[in-house]
Amino acid sequence: MRLHSGIRAAVALTATALLATACSSGGTSSEGETGSTGSGGKVELSFWTWAPGMEEVVAAWNAAHPDVQVTVNKQDGGDPAVTKLLTAIKAGSGAPDLMQTEYQKIPTLVSADALADIKGDLPGDVQSHFADGTWQAVTLGSDAVYGVPQDSGPMEFYYRADLFEKYGLEVPTTWAQYAEVAAELREKDPKAYLGTFSATDAGWFTGLAQQAGASWWGIDGDAWTVDIDSAATQKVAQYWGDLVEKGVIDNKPMYTPEWNAALNDGTQIGWVSAIWAPGVLAGNAADTAGKWKMAPLPQWEEGGQATGNWGGSATSVTSQSKHPKEAAEFIAWMNSSQEGVNILAQEGGLYPADIPGQAEALSEPPAFFPEQDDFYTIAAQIAQTVQPFTYGPNVNVAYSAYNDEFGKAAEAKKASAFTAAVTAMQTATVDDLKNSGFTVKD
Amino acid sequence: MATLTDTPTTAAAATRRPRRRGRLAPWVYLSPALVLFALFLALPILYSVYLSFRTVKVSGLGLGKGARTEVWAGFDNYARALSDPDFLASVARVGLYGLVLVPTMLGLALLFALLLDARRTRAKGFSRVSIFLPYAVPAVIASLLWGFLYLPRVSPFFYVFDRLGWDAPELLSSQWVLFAIANIGLWGGVGFNMIVIYTSLKAIPTELYEAARLDGCSEVAIAWRIKIPVVMPSLILTFLFSMIATLQVFAEPMTLRPLTNTISTTWSPLMKVYRDAFTRDDIYSAAATSVVIALATFVLSFGFLRLVQRRAFSQENA
Repeated sequence: MRLHSGIRAAVALTATALLATACSSGGTSSEGETGSTGSGGKVELSFWTWAPGMEEVVAAWNAAHPDVQVTVNKQDGGDPAVTKLLTAIKAGSGAPDLMQTEYQKIPTLVSADALADIKGDLPGDVQSHFADGTWQAVTLGSDAVYGVPQDSGPMEFYYRADLFEKYGLEVPTTWAQYAEVAAELREKDPKAYLGTFSATDAGWFTGLAQQAGASWWGIDGDAWTVDIDSAATQKVAQYWGDLVEKGVIDNKPMYTPEWNAALNDGTQIGWVSAIWAPGVLAGNAADTAGKWKMAPLPQWEEGGQATGNWGGSATSVTSQSKHPKEAAEFIAWMNSSQEGVNILAQEGGLYPADIPGQAEALSEPPAFFPEQDDFYTIAAQIAQTVQPFTYGPNVNVAYSAYNDEFGKAAEAKKASAFTAAVTAMQTATVDDLKNSGFTVKD
Repeated sequence: MATLTDTPTTAAAATRRPRRRGRLAPWVYLSPALVLFALFLALPILYSVYLSFRTVKVSGLGLGKGARTEVWAGFDNYARALSDPDFLASVARVGLYGLVLVPTMLGLALLFALLLDARRTRAKGFSRVSIFLPYAVPAVIASLLWGFLYLPRVSPFFYVFDRLGWDAPELLSSQWVLFAIANIGLWGGVGFNMIVIYTSLKAIPTELYEAARLDGCSEVAIAWRIKIPVVMPSLILTFLFSMIATLQVFAEPMTLRPLTNTISTTWSPLMKVYRDAFTRDDIYSAAATSVVIALATFVLSFGFLRLVQRRAFSQENA
């Protein structure tokens, strides 16, 4: 009987809760609603983002602009936020005014008519603040401007300087040397690896293909082209497949508890990563502070200077915003004024895409790399060598195909499986475009 | 319990012809449930079915306004779902997963229930709670816990094995991963099923056991000849629940996926639905696949019930 009354109480509670949600569902939608003009002509803008430091930068703006108040709405991350935004666009309401947009997602969002063209609302000289490759990501090569770049992720090679010295290893400058060093390390310590091939990080592989000269999508007249299965991508896949097949690098994914432990205890002594790596290392390999160094990515040709991009976002105005002009002013201030860029770098730990502002914003090396005084000087040189790359409207399809196909290949540990995975990615991506009705040029 | 449920129905209601107001009363009482049912179950289901027959057509580059239109798709989404090798592979995988998981889980649940019910068992309360406890752990948390235990570098088991000089199997490698996931389901599911079976064991009148003992029946024979046949309806119920849970396996593989190369984004049918809806932004295919899964669940569940109903529930109807 005791149980009985307990159940009844639970049922009553659930019913009340359900009723409560049913009644309140009409009133709580203000979370994502686009800004309204409040009393006295005050403009309120909502901002969906998941980047660190956004509260601080918004607070500084709000203090100086009492008439245009921005509210940060923290999101879980890129994929869920995009799904949420696309749903709101489809529904016709509920989208924010401002949205953090990862570069690879911009074509998808533009294709869904989710982003506003803010070219007319931006100061004329904004474009000159950014590298051409970065600016292209927000224009898609058209006359429109779909956002202002916030941060970028040029790729570098990170290594444990202390362990390199201990094992007597040279820092590789070419991929051929990287392979040699990887093998040499295995001989000196059979438990240690120079790196891992991660089948769960599509953006990482994309950056490596970009360095090799690949550009996976393109626009040819009125049609899309898909060039994933190119000689450049095949070269990269063959290279990493060989390393995995020989067992000189690991085949386990990055960002697992196991990988964190390996970075921390010196089992993984190198990481092919991007400019934001110091923050990640500080979080998941805390015991190794001061032991890492950064070097340019190994090159395909001796003396080459090229790198790819892994990560980074722009900030965009959504097509549902009622105040695109004010929203664009805020973005331009946040991402391309010295004041805004300083907060991005110092509070958020971002690597600002704004080139003129970098020097002042990044005068100190990252706290995790106190030994490397010239960290950001080297980084600035590397950032200028990011190769051009065009993303397409179904990056998500290509990336999930990457996860599945390279997952199988990494497990099989066969170089031939790696190159086959590239072909499978190409097929999946083209099939999806054609299925949706995009014009695709073969 | 039997005496409580058999309270006589009020004579007054049976004899007096219900007035108009009386006829309305049940609906008034039902209306909160009906409204909630319609709003939060029926409507979303109908909307999913509607979406499953729609699709987006893009023209040209698909950039700019008006490049995307939603159109009727007929059975295209269904045809694609049913002919997708990834989907068929995920169905086969989950079938195998069910073959591994369900018999083991129900076998253990029955065994534990019988052991708890045996006369000589001590510390019953404690054992019951500790077997049941994993069920209270959310599947995502359970998968994270087990994920740590499966990864050689962070797992205490592997540490011990390593010290002993034994070779432990890599549980997240392709030949073991299915068992690794089934193990999490097993760990979480045994307790619930045990409680269901145990409760129905408790409902068996003790006179039956006394009679059996007088006839010289051993404890094992009592379990085999009396207890198991009597709890058969509970076993069927738990089998049905387990079957449905198997078809819907999602949280465990989804949580383990980032830890390994061996779990694809379409490992289980529901993971494919998730990928289509939230990674590929194609809610139309996702809706079609969902409808297929729902129908399959429906057919399997009711087919199974029809098959066993007569046998299992015959005593009750007699």
